[in-house]
Amino acid sequence: MSIDTERQQSGAEVTAPPVPSLVRAELPTWAPWAVLGGSFVVIGALLAATGGFSIGMLVVASAVVYAVATYVLSRVVEGGRKAADRLVTIVVTLAFLIALAPLVSVVVTVVGNGLARFDVEFFNSSMRGVIGAGGGGYHAIVGTLIITALAAVMSIPVGLLTAVYLVEYGKGRLARAITFFVDVMTGIPSIVAGLFAFALFALFFGPGVRLGFAGSVALSVLMIPVVVRATEEMLKIVPNELREAAFALGTPKWRTIMKVVIPTSIAGIASGVTLAIARVIGETAPLLIVAGLTTGLNFNPFEGRMATLPVFAYTSYAAPGVPREPYLDRAWTAALVLIIIVLVLNLVARLIARLFAPKTR
Amino acid sequence: MGKAIDAKNLNIYYGSFLAVEGVSMSIRPQTVTALIGPSGCGKSTFLRSINRMHEVIPGARVEGRLELDGKDLYGPGIDPVGVRRQIGMVFQRPNPFPTMSIYDNVIAGQRLNNKKMKKDATDTLVEQSLRGANLWNEVKDRLDKPGSGLSGGQQQRLCIARAIAVQPDVLLMDEPCSALDPISTLAIEDLINELKMDYTIVIVTHNMQQAARVSDYTGFFNIEGTGKPGHLVEMDETKTIFSQPKEKATEDYVSGRFG
Repeated sequence: MSIDTERQQSGAEVTAPPVPSLVRAELPTWAPWAVLGGSFVVIGALLAATGGFSIGMLVVASAVVYAVATYVLSRVVEGGRKAADRLVTIVVTLAFLIALAPLVSVVVTVVGNGLARFDVEFFNSSMRGVIGAGGGGYHAIVGTLIITALAAVMSIPVGLLTAVYLVEYGKGRLARAITFFVDVMTGIPSIVAGLFAFALFALFFGPGVRLGFAGSVALSVLMIPVVVRATEEMLKIVPNELREAAFALGTPKWRTIMKVVIPTSIAGIASGVTLAIARVIGETAPLLIVAGLTTGLNFNPFEGRMATLPVFAYTSYAAPGVPREPYLDRAWTAALVLIIIVLVLNLVARLIARLFAPKTR
Repeated sequence: MGKAIDAKNLNIYYGSFLAVEGVSMSIRPQTVTALIGPSGCGKSTFLRSINRMHEVIPGARVEGRLELDGKDLYGPGIDPVGVRRQIGMVFQRPNPFPTMSIYDNVIAGQRLNNKKMKKDATDTLVEQSLRGANLWNEVKDRLDKPGSGLSGGQQQRLCIARAIAVQPDVLLMDEPCSALDPISTLAIEDLINELKMDYTIVIVTHNMQQAARVSDYTGFFNIEGTGKPGHLVEMDETKTIFSQPKEKATEDYVSGRFG
């Protein structure tokens, strides 16, 4: 009897779970900042003392020391789970900053170098007869807009209808083959698209042909798979219930697609298409081959060479005249204008998405 | 208004899988018929085969005869789109079109099919349908607002208004109250009682009290085990099914002693 009670007691002692406390130690909010400042000071002093001081070294080494020190400190004070949380937060933040660095660098460089010639003359004069300073990229801006618009006019219907086929109708082998080739096309190097257009137009017009329209064809080869992919994803997320609701009202399939499926997903499709345009507008290689370069204004994509911003920037930079400076300035400004166009397209995409999005109130 | 449905030895397949086997039943015009049974026994599948919605799923097909007032809906030359215009459907989850206003949702059947209607004719139809669905008083001041801004019960009644606006002969309801609270459920059950004056109604429900409350006839579906096809065990007047069913399985199910 007494032995039994004892055993029970000791058993109870062994299995009794530790009472979990809801209160746990926490680092004060200023602590991580103090650690960050501390690691900067310490590493800075250390580097200065060894004589190998450099900003890059300081930033990298401080970041590492900061991560390690915060982890150790938090582990001691707050425990393992909190310490892991802090460490992962630091790593994620660092990864974000690393990803941001080239972007910021590009914007700062292009804006810094491009502002010099970002004037009225750049937007209202071409390079006809210009040697040295002056001149502008009007002809290249016009060329870029015309060629890209033509490419969009060709790619959007083809891409949209292909996506509708794949999502709404495509079953079996043909659909799988199309999906496969769209995937392959997404990976085509842009120079190959340029060579394709060049070869195609050489068949009709003889070798050495250069046309704005050929550039559009090359760009649409690159653009179609992007449009297909974007539209496909948007059509897929339209709930099947809406299609069934329309069918149950006695609506034929094609009307269901036209009046229910596409309107429901139009916001996503429109922004996807705009991003596809932004994707091809900066292509250089194919346009260098098929559209060529000219110094004068050309509004007719079906006759003669056509300048475009990327090619204009490339040739001005790769083969500047004498003196070099005006050519380099114009190249930077062309790059800046291109970035602004892409930025505006992105904003337009967001605006379209907001405008067309189904409202709930 | 209101037509009879006769199923004769109907086999319903998903690809090569026989989901529902040998269903024969007669549904009388202007009655409410409830289909009850455990999950996966094929009552929704059978319901969807009545307005040829079943075949929307790839590989799905139906064998046998299904007659609407004597005309075989699966006969040669029958257009499934035409069938669906005569047999409306309300789904389990309310699914108003998110891009359309309440007004446009109600006349979606007309708009989607490009029927030209005069403005006052559509106004009348919208009011009539919304009144028919007991929703008019709640939404008459905000007809131009999106349908997806309504509550779940209101959305479901909007879907019913949309279904009756195309003036079908038969209304199919696939668990129309399973996503709704008791008050909305009551509103829809009252509505079903009114609608049977004009329509033949077939309703699938998991709620046996609901079946007992709203239906004139009840069909009990069952399944032998997973992977086996579902079948119709018996069909009779609702009173009979719930008081003295012929089959042991039916009695077990309606008295809650199932499984």
